Amino acid sequence: MRSEKINRVPLGLKIAAAAGLAFMHLPILLIFLYAFTTEEKTYQFPPPGLTTQWFAVAWNRPDVWAALTLSVKVAAIATAAALVLGTLCAAAVSQTRFFGRETVSLLIILPIALPGIITGIALRSAFSIADIPFSFWTIVLGHATFCIVVVYNNAVARFRRISGSLVEASMDLGADGFQTFRYVILPNIGTALLAGGMLAFALSFDEVIVTTFTAGQQSTLPIWMLEELIRPRQRPVTNVVAMIVVIVTFLPILGAYYLTRDGDQIAGAGK
Amino acid sequence: MTVVAESFVLPERRGTAGRLSDFFWRHPHVLLTVLLGPPLLWLGIVYLGSLFALLLQSFFSIDEFSGLINYEFTLATYRQLFSEANLDIILRTVSMAALVTLVSALVAFPIAYYAARYARGKWKALFYLAVMLPLWSSYLVKVYAWKLILAKEGILTWFFEKLNVLWLLDAWLALPVVGGNSLSVSYTGTFIVFVYVWMPFMILPIQAALERVPANLVEASSDLGGTPAQTFRHVLFPLALPGIVAGSIFTFSLTLGDYIIPQIVGSSRLFIGQAVYAQQGTAGNIPLAAAFTVVPIVIMGAYLWMAKRMGAFDAL
Repeated sequence: MRSEKINRVPLGLKIAAAAGLAFMHLPILLIFLYAFTTEEKTYQFPPPGLTTQWFAVAWNRPDVWAALTLSVKVAAIATAAALVLGTLCAAAVSQTRFFGRETVSLLIILPIALPGIITGIALRSAFSIADIPFSFWTIVLGHATFCIVVVYNNAVARFRRISGSLVEASMDLGADGFQTFRYVILPNIGTALLAGGMLAFALSFDEVIVTTFTAGQQSTLPIWMLEELIRPRQRPVTNVVAMIVVIVTFLPILGAYYLTRDGDQIAGAGK
Repeated sequence: MTVVAESFVLPERRGTAGRLSDFFWRHPHVLLTVLLGPPLLWLGIVYLGSLFALLLQSFFSIDEFSGLINYEFTLATYRQLFSEANLDIILRTVSMAALVTLVSALVAFPIAYYAARYARGKWKALFYLAVMLPLWSSYLVKVYAWKLILAKEGILTWFFEKLNVLWLLDAWLALPVVGGNSLSVSYTGTFIVFVYVWMPFMILPIQAALERVPANLVEASSDLGGTPAQTFRHVLFPLALPGIVAGSIFTFSLTLGDYIIPQIVGSSRLFIGQAVYAQQGTAGNIPLAAAFTVVPIVIMGAYLWMAKRMGAFDAL
């Protein structure tokens, strides 16, 4: 009797939780509706009519394609750099004990713990001091810096679960360090790295605050969207692009979740 | 005996890889250096180097006539930072961040509590995804969605109209500080968007803290005659507090540094992030922009120190 009473959900809690979740999801669903609206000049609701013509218009826009390509390229290279650096760091922190270990963890988290504008303006002033012109690589440099932490978090969580005796057994059987890494460690951390990489990709693909400071004249997809937000030129195209961005970022997140859901620590718990 | 003892020592491995592997095994410090070197060099040079260069610039000043940076140590820029107009910006940003954090905690708590105590199995996974997807979905798209919602011709006005309570919205907009011409150019709008964008960061830390509260503690409290309200106040809330503080680190810090949301949805009065952006961009006053960035760094430093003392990092 007692436990039954305790396990029944209070109505107030149910309503509050449902309302909270609705608050989180309805605005995103609205994006999907607006991608089909026939209204061009305003954000009128309800939409006067529905059409799919804006998808064709957006498809034929070279500036959208250029921004999309740049974003994908930047995200891919930044993710690759973050994968290498984050994994190295995670291996060092989880497999060994050394002086200043806590400091290293703090240093990795710092780029996303401090507001993005600080990272952005710091990089920008450093570029101007060192006379580095803005380019594709300055964007990548900034993105890789804050993507390291995502890979690191995922890899560290997985490294903790690999039992040390597994590595010792491999060594006892005569494998050298590289073979142990290739045949024992890598298969164990593989999915965590893939998940971390996907999240890093999503993070980089979506980043705007640091990018505004490191991009110069080029525009990534988020920069393109920001310009449309400040000075709208063709609202329906923006609507369509917004919807596509939602879909493109959802896929890696779902993928990362399914890759790590059996673990005690699931990917993406901290952005 | 000697034969056995000798067999303990394996012959040297052949090949470069083998010898390298043996070398690392005998010199773990070298291995550590090889592992940690690249990431630390990257973060140390690219990130800390830039940060240091930025902070250094806050001790320079700008020549008012030529607009060039005067590379001499001075505190003049900080004097400028503490002028009335700039203090106003700092105060406005900090109070907005505090309010956003408070309301985010209120909205996030029921979701986290439900997920931690009642959701099981498939529902738990669904809850997790329902929190993760909005958390990770595109920041700009989220802001854009609210521009659609808050616009004068948008869904919110339509909704109020259908319920015949449009006067309520108008009355709210007529209020002095929180009002404005429409929701999308008022502090209310800025506030709602801030809560929407940063609130998801609050849920998972609270949920993690609540999951560590043993269920029998709550039962014991009610067995001893505690009403649900008392149980919440004296048992659940104190135990969930580290989680709330951990979540508040994100909401507070992210609100503090944001310059895009108040630019797109909000009145023309500046927040710290916008001030930094304007100073380094159009005004070209890098020293003052640098001094402005010191404000969130100092505030977050103090905040993190306090959070650490409250045990918030164990809840992360």
